[in-house]
Amino acid sequence: MLKYLIEKEFKQFFRNSFLPKLVIAYPFIVILIFPIVANFDVSSLNISIVDNDKSSYSSRMIRKIESSGYFRITDVSSTHKEALKSIELNEADVILEIPTHFEADLIREQEAQVMISSNTVNGMKGGFAGAYLNAIITDFNSQIRGEILQFDVGKQVPSMEIVPLYKFNPHLTYLVYMIPAIMVMILSLVCGFLPAINIVSEKESGTIEQMNVTPVGKIQFILAKLIPYWVVGFVVLSISFLASWVFYNFLPVGSFVTLFLFTFIFVLAISGFGLVISNYASTIQQAIFMIFFFVITFIFMSGLYTPVASMPDWAQLVSNISPLKYIINAFRQIYLKGSGFTDLIMPFLALAGLAVFFNGWAVLSYSKKT
Amino acid sequence: MNQFLAFVRKEFYHIFRDTWTMIILLVLPIVMLILFGFMMTTEVKNTRFAIYDPSRDVATQGIVNKISMSDYFIFSGYLDSPDQIEDVFRKDKIGLVVVFSERFYENMMHTGDAQVQLIADGSDPNTAATLTMYASSLIASYQQDMMGEVKIPYQIKPEIKFLYNPTLKGSYNFVPGVMGMILMLICAMMTSVSIAREKELGTMEVLLVSPMRPVQIIISKVVPYFVLSIINLATILLLSVYVLGMPIVGSLSLLILISVIYILVALSLGLLISSVAKKQMIALLISAMVLILPVLMLSGMMFPLENMPWTLQVLAHVVPTKWYIIAVKKVMLQGLGFSYIYQELIILSSMAVVLIVLSIKRFKYRLE
Repeated sequence: MLKYLIEKEFKQFFRNSFLPKLVIAYPFIVILIFPIVANFDVSSLNISIVDNDKSSYSSRMIRKIESSGYFRITDVSSTHKEALKSIELNEADVILEIPTHFEADLIREQEAQVMISSNTVNGMKGGFAGAYLNAIITDFNSQIRGEILQFDVGKQVPSMEIVPLYKFNPHLTYLVYMIPAIMVMILSLVCGFLPAINIVSEKESGTIEQMNVTPVGKIQFILAKLIPYWVVGFVVLSISFLASWVFYNFLPVGSFVTLFLFTFIFVLAISGFGLVISNYASTIQQAIFMIFFFVITFIFMSGLYTPVASMPDWAQLVSNISPLKYIINAFRQIYLKGSGFTDLIMPFLALAGLAVFFNGWAVLSYSKKT
Repeated sequence: MNQFLAFVRKEFYHIFRDTWTMIILLVLPIVMLILFGFMMTTEVKNTRFAIYDPSRDVATQGIVNKISMSDYFIFSGYLDSPDQIEDVFRKDKIGLVVVFSERFYENMMHTGDAQVQLIADGSDPNTAATLTMYASSLIASYQQDMMGEVKIPYQIKPEIKFLYNPTLKGSYNFVPGVMGMILMLICAMMTSVSIAREKELGTMEVLLVSPMRPVQIIISKVVPYFVLSIINLATILLLSVYVLGMPIVGSLSLLILISVIYILVALSLGLLISSVAKKQMIALLISAMVLILPVLMLSGMMFPLENMPWTLQVLAHVVPTKWYIIAVKKVMLQGLGFSYIYQELIILSSMAVVLIVLSIKRFKYRLE
């Protein structure tokens, strides 16, 4: 009997003019566009410089900033006010102000100040701009200190070298961090939204009545609803794998088997959740609003964009019910670090638990009585 | 006019008599704003770090203490060999490994080739960059302590000032974006069902035989949703100020003006979707699943637009959320006046006009 029910679901799916197109085109377009968009390269920070000193040191420092590769000098203003204007017009991310007597102070007083004002309105750019500028100036500082001290022997300073190294992603490319997460996002949008409107649209069109008078059991009914989305999930994921390989030549360090294993259990969880919503909703509109809310919340809680570890404690606690949290983490680990199944046994069990929970709930909340 | 008012009343009944939907419409934005406003932060804290230290001397101990004592890091343990580094990262337990060179203290004092490696997990690029930055500055401050009373000669002291957001609160960055996202999607989703539902239920026929002109039918559909959206706007603004601690540096009336125009854009976009789609399901899938992509990706809410290739930047110009976020940041955070945001105002108003005209044009007099 299950076989015929599944056949019915597939027929319903394919006879809809919109859904099959959506399932094929959606992952393709998102994988093509999203990773290009999700670019945090801070190589093009705009700086506005106010050089009140115009000495040889100040101009050397400006050249140092220019050649660092991080900054583009938009203007050299004459007053702080003018520089502030370019920040208000969104042309500059940071202002560097070199006071008068900068060089003289540095040589005579052995200490000079510079002012950095960063525009924190523009996301993280302002923060980064301040930090990078600080690092460049420190670097410049030790360079000229070395030069001056050569004439001034006897002052031994304890010194060490600090070397930052980045594992798994030596150039800190943002793309490879985002692609696995975006795959999961597509998967949860498709496999969350479609089941959520499935049962409720049968309610609205009245066909659920026919189902209610058949001997089909609750479990069979839910399984028949679930399995097609499971297949859809694999199609979506395969398209995503293919697209990220073709467009970005991006392949996982770990194995595809582990990736599919996680997808297998994840789609069950998220589709089961969609079915729960569909059972409770009485109109398609309600169902869409609810699934929209939960999927968006799951996405934001998952660490896709902001790390889970930075969230406040209560939010970290709540994030444990987001199936996306476990699978995004697992996907990233498998894709970038090549973690094996044994490394990821905990998130797998958590996902499996959620899958059982949501689907159990879906079965219990489906009632054949109207 | 009476006819029109009767139609508006009919639309209000549609909404009020579906209690659950109305509750969802009013409560969802509140919950979303609060959740995202508090959750979205990129501050790094309490990262676990491990040490590989073949020297185990005064200096390395001092550095380890210095790092452990900060809020950013929690000491997790010593590694026995460098081979373990890869392994601890793969188990995802640790964000940073600090590796000291041999005979660290001796080399630091005399030869100057003491080395500290800060190995971060680059699979999360932003966090990795931030962690190494924090750790380097902690080590630098240890160096400072070591020098004790001796002043470092020839020092340039940068004084950093963060404009508009002095304490670098994450909510300042994210709340305008979250506001734009919520208003856009909720408003579009609300109106996108309106016409499609009448088509699907067959009540469209009744509407079409009435003496009402299409313009009137469409406008009467917008009015009740507009009222709901204004209520949502009020709760969103109140919550962002009193719960999330956002400032409104500029003028409140300007902020309301731009928000109202933005709401009109979103509502009319929903109408357009509704008059094109044949079924509610399709209308809702377009306004939720498809619309969410440009709103998240091309609005500048999450990812800086300047870094995108020019084709996408051009594409981003048609995303209303982009203009709204820019304007809201200017008014709320920077406190700039009308002359700085008239461009955004003009763009959003013309978008609203174009969308309303389009949906009236697309509205069919006849049933197919």
